[in-house]
Amino acid sequence: MRKIWWKILCIVIIFYVIIWGFIGPVPRLPIINESIRNTYFHVALWFAMTILLFTSMIYSIRYLSKGRIGDDDIASEIAKSGIFFGVLGCLTGSVWANFTWGDPWPNDPKLNGAAVGILIYMAYLLLRSSFEDEQRRARISSVYNIFAFAVFIPIIYILPRLTDSLHPGSGGNSTFGSYDIDNDIRKVLYPAVIGYILLGLWVAELRIRIKRIRRFHEEESIKAGK
Amino acid sequence: MNEIKTLIWKEVTLEWRQKYALSGMLLYVVSTVFVCYLSFNLRRNQLTPIVWNTLFWIILLFTAVNAIAKSFSQERHGRLLYYYNLCSPQAIIISKIIYNSLVMAVLSALGFVFYAFVMGNPVQDNGLFSICILLASTGFASVLTLIAGIASKADNSATLMAVLSFPIILPMLLMTIRLAKNALDGLDWSVSTDEITTLLSIDLIVITLSYLLFPYLWRS
Repeated sequence: MRKIWWKILCIVIIFYVIIWGFIGPVPRLPIINESIRNTYFHVALWFAMTILLFTSMIYSIRYLSKGRIGDDDIASEIAKSGIFFGVLGCLTGSVWANFTWGDPWPNDPKLNGAAVGILIYMAYLLLRSSFEDEQRRARISSVYNIFAFAVFIPIIYILPRLTDSLHPGSGGNSTFGSYDIDNDIRKVLYPAVIGYILLGLWVAELRIRIKRIRRFHEEESIKAGK
Repeated sequence: MNEIKTLIWKEVTLEWRQKYALSGMLLYVVSTVFVCYLSFNLRRNQLTPIVWNTLFWIILLFTAVNAIAKSFSQERHGRLLYYYNLCSPQAIIISKIIYNSLVMAVLSALGFVFYAFVMGNPVQDNGLFSICILLASTGFASVLTLIAGIASKADNSATLMAVLSFPIILPMLLMTIRLAKNALDGLDWSVSTDEITTLLSIDLIVITLSYLLFPYLWRS
């Protein structure tokens, strides 16, 4: 992952999303109006977050089956950037809700689910910080990470569908597909998801490298102490 | 199967020998209910069925967290090592889940009786409400048993138990409250099939995950 091309690609895509997202053509819809441009940020951030958290879970499973501490480093750092995107997704969603639904935090099952989901992952970080021993921390937090993701998906994607929600796709509102069909939106939304995922991986990669360097230094100083 | 049966029996005998734990939990439920009763006493006419229902389940949630938190931490380290030499981890987690479900069922049934006694009983469909209690106690027990296992490995396990379990248990709690609301209103059973199936499937997911993940937890 030390190659540079994907970092350049990430920057190019994100600039493309920001510039084209604000000046590109969008469908005119009532109530939503120009705020439909928030799709490129809010919706794409949530997609990116889900994919990042899924990757994190995969690395946790890999840690449990192979027992390499490096996998746990990757899992935790990717989860952190996933949480960061989750918080950003909540903020952008809040801005959007303020304009279309007239309330920055309407009492909507999807919003509450999102808040609970973020709480679950905050608890994951707390759990990580309460262990001193590295192997022990890695093993126990991997177990919790897998468990958390399995609960997180129903909270975000399944339970809100069962109840009335202001979001598209539930409670008689039109599904996402009906305006997703629009090709103008697609041209920015899909690159946006990829761009955010790359950005998240980039942040995670830097932090993983810092961790590795620190671990190396610690080992060196222990050796020197002997 | 035999292994699980023996382990459950062992839990029951242990509990019976140190009666203070179980009677402590019972007293916990009773005093919480009584505190709620006294706090609401001034405005008892304002206690709508919705408040009644929510209050009851929140009391049960706290009882469950407190009762199950000790299921791993109460046993001494050496004894745990001894069990781990004798039986498979799957048997241990399954037996703990079954035992905790039983304890929770007993606690919540007694809690319900006492709660209905002091706060009045607006439930119209008692059959559905008891199914609800049964489903909730298995659900709470299965989620909390694994979380208790995780939390007992850390130092600040009491805080960790609450922080880890509340967000995870929330979907289950919301479904239970909705199902209980149907029972309170005496709606037809066919209305509640959705909630019952969702609760059952959440239970199933959680139990399978505990079964798969516990062996890893146990080795550390």
